[in-house]
Parts: sequence; structure tokens; C-alpha cells
Amino acid sequence: MAEQRGTDTVKRGLAEMLKGGAIMDVTNVEQAKIAEEAGAVAVMALERVPSDIRKEGGVSRMADLKIIEDIMEAVTIPVMAKCRIGHFVEARILQAIGVDYIDESEVLTPADEANHVDKRDYTVPFVCGATNLGEALRRIGEGAAMIRSKGEAGTGNIVEAVRHLRSITGEIRKLSVMGQDELMAASKEHRAPVDLVRDVAALGKLPVVLFCAGGIATPADAGLVMHLGAEGVFVGSGIFKSEDPARRARAIVEATTYFNDPDVLAKVSRGLGEAMRGLDVRSMPDDERLAGRGW
Amino acid sequence: MAVAGVLALQGDFEAHASMLHRAGAEAREVRTREELDAVDGLVIPGGESTAIGLLAEKHDLVEPLRKRADDGMPILGTCAGMIFCAARVDGRAQPLLGVVDMTVRRNAFGRQVDSFETDLRVKGLDAPLHAVFIRAPWVEEVGSEVEVLAEYDGRPVAVRQGAVLLTAFHPEIAGDDRVHRMFVEAL
Repeated sequence: MAEQRGTDTVKRGLAEMLKGGAIMDVTNVEQAKIAEEAGAVAVMALERVPSDIRKEGGVSRMADLKIIEDIMEAVTIPVMAKCRIGHFVEARILQAIGVDYIDESEVLTPADEANHVDKRDYTVPFVCGATNLGEALRRIGEGAAMIRSKGEAGTGNIVEAVRHLRSITGEIRKLSVMGQDELMAASKEHRAPVDLVRDVAALGKLPVVLFCAGGIATPADAGLVMHLGAEGVFVGSGIFKSEDPARRARAIVEATTYFNDPDVLAKVSRGLGEAMRGLDVRSMPDDERLAGRGW
Repeated sequence: MAVAGVLALQGDFEAHASMLHRAGAEAREVRTREELDAVDGLVIPGGESTAIGLLAEKHDLVEPLRKRADDGMPILGTCAGMIFCAARVDGRAQPLLGVVDMTVRRNAFGRQVDSFETDLRVKGLDAPLHAVFIRAPWVEEVGSEVEVLAEYDGRPVAVRQGAVLLTAFHPEIAGDDRVHRMFVEAL
């Protein structure tokens, strides 16, 4: 067989290699090096972290390519970057400069309010956010090679990520005990392709890797979501908006591996300095919530 | 039944565990020294070699791993596992076990957009093996003790030294369990 690139196996395969690891948001070379030295499995190159995007408002777009390329040059771990929902030209540009994963992300201002990017035609793999199983399967149907919970980015509040993970894993459990004759109705209910619904029912899990994102601020948060079925974590504002980023980054890496060992969790949680300042999601107006973006 | 450990600090250790089951071994996750003491052989999975190395160092696994390797424990390392076992890595310093006399170059085949799958001839297997290369390393040079089992583009991508078997590609996600059988037979 001749050499084949951009296959599902190759695209989903990179996410397999990231499992059990922490992916960190970074906005410059210095932060990227801190993340790599702390044991991050990848970095997400951004112009602003979500909590600043939230604070500053306005339209949030793909980062300046110079920032992304400088970071690609500086570290040996994979570099991810975000495009706006539905903005397939931003996606093509990110593929052209050779980023390792594209996050079609609700954290940026959506470019299309009906359609996401058709991710099947790309050589570069995509990760997408989801709040429930139907949304995850629609994204996989479009070609996403990795799924993450949306949570509520930039809040430092884990409650929404927990809601989304519990929803996804709970709905998977329900599918796995259904009869074959019930799966078409389930597909209708979830507004998801029936083939993927059948795959999930048979596997008892998503056909791609599932990470948690949106609100992780402490090692204990990382441990919590790993217990709830996440296969790894994205940490956004939680590291570089805290008092001692390098130390907190190392602690979250260890907590993600040793999530089932309370002694290690206790050891790494001690004396980390102040965490990022959090936001109460309940008092947040609907139009400030990012998780509602995406269809 | 032989007990095969899978170093479960980070990476695709679950994919290895299910291949080990298929190859007829009991698979156990290894994150501590005690867990390492209880296995007959060890798989070091694909993942990020820097993350795996840092965690192994921090949790005092590097010396015990070297000692078990010196005592002849069979090891199978894939991709990041290959890098971690090498004596030398081309480029920036990172924690290494150094149990195989070779130099590896990380991400030698390129970034993710250059990752690929193909069929490969491997010494000791009668039919070609389907191989998945993901941001894969290659071997730059090997010492006299190291046997090259497969090459791609003129670069060694599978090697053996004593009981340590290393591949730059990922037999654990290609669905062919023959490499894992080679490892399990040695336990």
C-alpha cells in the first residue's frame, strides 16, 4: 500500500497519543516553553486566553499567524490553534501553516450560524466542543477526530464542564443498553447520524477521544473530570491567569495522570498560590455564555 | 498467564492493553514502582515523550525501569516509547532511559499533516505489517548491539537490542497484533 495521509486512523490516532495528558492555552513563546517543561502534551496557541476574550468583548478571530508560528518553532510538542465556527478559510490557512490540530471553537465569535466546517476534506485533524451526545456525534459526522466538552470557557468554574461530561457519558450508557430497533428513534432524538449512534451503542464510548475543557482551574478539577470519563484535559485561562503558572501547570499534569491516587493529588495541591479568579455561571446573562454557540 | 505491564503515565496505553489481551497476556497498568515490580514485561506506549519522561522522573520510576531493563525484562516501546528507551536524542535534552544504544530524531517524519499509514516489511514477520506513523521519530544511528528490523525511506523504524523491541510506528492502533505477539512470546 502506498503512503496515505490524513486518514481517520492518522487523525484520530494523534488524539490517542494525547490521552491522559493536559493541553494548555498559551499566548506567547515563553508560556509555551513553561507548558512544555511542565509536561503538557500539546499547547493551544492563542492571541488572548478565554477570560480576556470575555473581558475585552468585540469580535474574536483566528490568532495572528506570527504568534502561532513562533510557538511552533519554540516547542517540540504538538501545537493546536483555533478557527471560528464555520470559518473554513481560517481552517485552510491554519492547515497551510502546518498546525497539528485545529479547534473549531465556540470561544471565538462564530462565522456561520447554521453550518460548521466540513472537516472531512482536511489532512489536519479537528477537535470540536460539545455539550451533549447529539452535538458530539454531529461534529464527528462532519469529520471531527476528537471531542471536548465545552464547559464555560474563561470562568474558572467547573460546573458546566461537569454538566456536559455527565450528559455525554450518561447518554452513551443509555444507548449501550438499547435494542437495535430503538436506535433509529434515538438517532432522531439526538439529531445525530444513525450509523454513529449504532457505533456508540456497540462500543459503549465515542469513536474518538473525549477530553474535558471549559473551567478547569485546579488539580482537583482535573482529577474530578478524569473520574467522570474525560480522557484528558484542556486548561485555558486556569494556568496563566493564576499566581504561579509553572507550578500549577506541573500540578495539573500530575493530577491528570494520578487522578485516582488521593495522596498524589494532596501532594500536588498544596501551596499552589492563588487560582484564577472565577465567575459564577448562574448569574451570567445568556448572551455571555459561550457554550450556546455551535449547532 | 504472563503479566504484561503498560506504562500508564500518559499516552495510548489502553490501546496497548487491548492488543496485549488479544495476544494472550494479562495487561496491567503501571504508574508506581510497586506496580512495576509485579509485571513480567513492560510496554511503553505512544504519547508525548517529554511528558512521559518528566512524569517518570518525578515519580522515581527512571532508575527502577533501567534496573529491570538491565536484568533482561522484555520491553516493547512504540513511538514515544522508542524515544524514551534511546540512549541519545537529536536536539533538546529530555529524560531518557538510555537502554538501547542509538540516537533518535524526534518528529523526524514531520508534523501531523505529514503523518501517514503504509505497509512495511518487518524482519521476522512473513507478510507486510500495516504501520501508522504519527509525528513519528526515526533512528539516526545505531550501536553494534542493535539489530534493525525494519526501515522506511532508508531510515530504521523498528529495532531490537536484547529483550527491548522498539518501533517508530504504532502497531497498537493499526489492528494487527503480530508485534505484540512477538513481545508476549518473550515474556
